[in-house]
Amino acid sequence: MGSALDVHRLHFAFTVTFHYLFPQLTMGLALLLVILKSIALRTGDEHFSRAARFWAKIFGINFALGVVTGIPMEFQFGTNWAEFSKSAGGVIGQTLAMEGLFSFFLESTFLDLFLYGEKKLGRVGHWWAAFFVFVGSWLSGYLIVATDAWMQHPTGYQLGAHHEIELTSFWGLLLNPWALWQYAHTMLGAVQTGCFVMAAVGAFYVLSHRDPFYGRTFLKIGVLVGAIAALLQLAPSGDMQGKMITKYQPTTLAAMEGLFESQDGAPLAILGQPDVAKRTLDNPLIVPNMLSFLTYKHWNAHVQGLNDFPEDQWPDKIELLYFSYHVMVGLGTIFIAIMVFSAFLLWRKKLFEARWMLWILMLSVPLPYIANTAGWLTAELGRQPWLIYGLMRTAHGFSPRVAAGNAWFTLIGFMGLYTVLAMLWLFLIYREIEIGPEPEVRPRGEALDPSVAA
Amino acid sequence: METLWFCLVAVMVALYVLFDGFDLGAGAVHFLVAKTEEERRQVIASIGPVWDGNEVWLVAAGGTLYFAFPALYASGFSGFYLPLMMVLWLLILRGTSIEFRNHIKSPIWIPFWDFFFSISSLLLAIFFGAALANVVRGVPLDQSGYFFEPLWTNFRLGEQTGILDWYTVLVGVQALLVLMMHGSLWLQWKTEGALNQRAARVAGSCWWAVLVLTALVTAVSFSVQPQISENFKTWPLGYILPLLAVAGLAGVQFEFRRKNERNAFLSSCAYLLGMLTSVVFGVYPMVLPARNPIYALTVHNAKAADYGLKVGLAWWLIGMALAAVYFTHIYRSFAGKVSADSTSHG
Repeated sequence: MGSALDVHRLHFAFTVTFHYLFPQLTMGLALLLVILKSIALRTGDEHFSRAARFWAKIFGINFALGVVTGIPMEFQFGTNWAEFSKSAGGVIGQTLAMEGLFSFFLESTFLDLFLYGEKKLGRVGHWWAAFFVFVGSWLSGYLIVATDAWMQHPTGYQLGAHHEIELTSFWGLLLNPWALWQYAHTMLGAVQTGCFVMAAVGAFYVLSHRDPFYGRTFLKIGVLVGAIAALLQLAPSGDMQGKMITKYQPTTLAAMEGLFESQDGAPLAILGQPDVAKRTLDNPLIVPNMLSFLTYKHWNAHVQGLNDFPEDQWPDKIELLYFSYHVMVGLGTIFIAIMVFSAFLLWRKKLFEARWMLWILMLSVPLPYIANTAGWLTAELGRQPWLIYGLMRTAHGFSPRVAAGNAWFTLIGFMGLYTVLAMLWLFLIYREIEIGPEPEVRPRGEALDPSVAA
Repeated sequence: METLWFCLVAVMVALYVLFDGFDLGAGAVHFLVAKTEEERRQVIASIGPVWDGNEVWLVAAGGTLYFAFPALYASGFSGFYLPLMMVLWLLILRGTSIEFRNHIKSPIWIPFWDFFFSISSLLLAIFFGAALANVVRGVPLDQSGYFFEPLWTNFRLGEQTGILDWYTVLVGVQALLVLMMHGSLWLQWKTEGALNQRAARVAGSCWWAVLVLTALVTAVSFSVQPQISENFKTWPLGYILPLLAVAGLAGVQFEFRRKNERNAFLSSCAYLLGMLTSVVFGVYPMVLPARNPIYALTVHNAKAADYGLKVGLAWWLIGMALAAVYFTHIYRSFAGKVSADSTSHG
């Protein structure tokens, strides 16, 4: 059942995909919590402090699962990808060690103060605790993205006498242009997860006629920040990410787009299924010349198709890559539609009464998770067959002494354990949402039931 | 440069054991010292604000090892594949237990997590001891620079060793008792009342076991790993390290009798520091000894390129200074006994 290479790949893919379900909400909520705390500090309105306290409880549960599923990631570089670690550890070990020293210590110190120290710290002190938790988690995100970016587009290195990869420029590694754009793209994705979750809980409260003031606050913040993030995700971040791929990974671009034939004025496939054996795109729905325009800003620009590259340079799972990419882009487009239209309704003061829109917001909550997962699949499948683009093939990176059966055993172990963790997460988060925020002590100058006021 | 990094990684590992050691130990003695729900809550409260930060030392030390000695990281982690995966599962179970225990006040939910907290702490202490013993004893490395150890073979110290043999099991038991003592001393320092007294009793009994096991393990280690006696002969100044351990262990008993709870715990830290530094001093320049000594991984053949090690030193110093600030701050704000009605952590 699959070679050692396949199971090691699946091992990492599964554990990292599951892990990333948590940090994306952590990083998104960290920003939203700083926003809530800032409003509370500026206006002196306790409503926002209580709202932040509610989200801090969800944040705490989510953070804990991010921590426990994150620890295995660092170890798996050594356990399952020993040849890769031996060659590249001198480079990517830098960013991984920095993550421990610079962000995990920061996060672990301030998280506890943030979750349990509000009374002791006072208003300003507690704002700083929230701020440092935000800085820690976003810094951690950068160092991980920089690690991945180096595998996508290695910089600041040279090959040593025994073909080992040596770091030659620290700043070349840290300020890799690929890392900067990938970071923007990843973080905007995380912010959208945070916004969709916050808006969904808000919609749930408003639709079920409970905690209406909190519901409205969550909707407002989720929708406004979400609309900005969704638009920025399209441009400049998505656009620049695409340019990076066009420039440095032309094979990946062709595979993502399902473009086999090189051509001037290449079309953009909206739908269709790649048939790799026949080298065609079945039942395509295309926009003529659009791909040329998007990649080179020129309607008739020449775009290279897969046929231009030897097959041993092609990503090995082109269909999955193609679908992942199209799911990501499709969902990103839908997010813009949902969030911008909700923001419009909010501006016209109609959002809280537009029950159909609230239903959409509430039910959309899985979508950003799917989009972020599909995005990472696109990045990592697109890099194939390389583990380090142009330097080391994935087939040469795994641990030579760890047999496929051992890796299957631990993979299945992780699957079982993570199933339990997923159920725990759902149970505890649902419970917090059910318990809800502290009751409003002061009606904020309005009637307690907003439908009466309206 | 590689020797410096050898020392720095050793310091980080030692700090991990000092810090996470007491919360692992507290977990291992959880049911021995805390009988009521209120007392168990106090145990959790006494480690709640710090355990996560303590565990970061493991991740930070692992990352530092990764970039300073990539060949060691690759060989060691893939060679210890199965036990390491179990360590990861235990760490997941333990973290989940501590964080979720207080979420629901139910007579089913709380003991459930208490059990997993305690059993995972206990097993981790044994695993870490056995892992250290594997390094001291040496692993079946060959010319490829890799190995794969089964969980056990015939429990003898032959060419084809397993993770568990009589020596590594012995050290595993020692590690458990040492951390139980360390954790009990921490709990004694941080708590009051019946819990405090039971922790003192457990620490007192563990001390004698630790004394016996330390003497025994030290004696056999010299024959298990010949490099140790060679190093002490070459650099007699190294005797300071085992002396520190002896002084620390004596200090534990001395301060314990004087009822100076803080100093008893700090003496235990000195003991741990002395023991761990003695071990790494003993195996230097090897980072991973081999059963066949010619295949050993040393600081020279496992290190990363010089530029990386140099540039790493700059940010490492900054990072460690920051970590020192955070730790001083958090332990200072967490000073004193935890109260019975502590609301921290849930």
